Amino acid sequence: MEEKELQNELASIRSIMERSSKFISLSGLSGILAGVYALIGAGIAYSMLYSGTNRVYLKLDMGSGQGTLYELIATASVVLVLSLITAYLLASRQARRKNQPMWGAVSMQLMFHMAVPLIAGGILIFILLLHHHYGIVSASSLIFYGLALVSASNFTFADVKYLGLCEIALGLVAACLPGYGLLFWALGFGVLHIIYGARIYLKYDK
Amino acid sequence: MNIAFDKLDKAFENRVRLQIMSVLAANERYDFNSLKDLLSITDGNLASHLKSLEKEEYIIVHKSFLGRKPNTNYEATEKGKKAFKDHLDALEQLIRQQKHA
Repeated sequence: MEEKELQNELASIRSIMERSSKFISLSGLSGILAGVYALIGAGIAYSMLYSGTNRVYLKLDMGSGQGTLYELIATASVVLVLSLITAYLLASRQARRKNQPMWGAVSMQLMFHMAVPLIAGGILIFILLLHHHYGIVSASSLIFYGLALVSASNFTFADVKYLGLCEIALGLVAACLPGYGLLFWALGFGVLHIIYGARIYLKYDK
Repeated sequence: MNIAFDKLDKAFENRVRLQIMSVLAANERYDFNSLKDLLSITDGNLASHLKSLEKEEYIIVHKSFLGRKPNTNYEATEKGKKAFKDHLDALEQLIRQQKHA
């Protein structure tokens, strides 16, 4: 065997081990777009909460202003759904390009490990909303999202783990400062996503 | 000088078999269909290579049912993992030898 041939053999082994155990078709662009949606959503939420003279935020705690609460939940849901659709579309495009099945053993593992903390967190947030604990909703969503990323990161780029750790840290800080939920939410889901997305894009999307 | 050549495993001379072992070294278990998609080869081709790795006792087969569909999973044995590692070491050694030659 020639040296070149040996090198190719090793390179093909490495590539197949990576493609079989890691979902490398996540797109950086979808991270950037998710961050942009989140910032727009946060802007809309800000104008709902802090426009005019009366601060709805204070009124929420007193049980009135339910309409605004539903509008906030609707805004957050639209941001979430748009981000998921974007991530799916861009990942399947990337999967075709990288010759990796979109729905293979790896992406299934990734989804499962992501879903467990996300669903647990989602249910907890629902319970918090029912009990009017609005102050820590933003912190909980950041913490559980971070946990989901860390748990899923074994099946994709290591960068996802660092994004997850940052989200958890930010969530814990947010929990200490109730009332600044929207600001931390915008930082975690907006700014951090854009930074992470740009990093992934520059590193792997080419 | 060429001691390393003897250490290369005959079972891994075939590209597909080496690729199958690579996947099973990186993952606890892998199912037939995912393996087929990943390596982009035909059912028959994959099945025959899996059979020969099974005969070498490098992999074991787990058959189960997902609902009504049969679901076959493969797992590397200790013997298989060791053989794969030795093969990689031999490849590495060969490269090093040729660099110094």
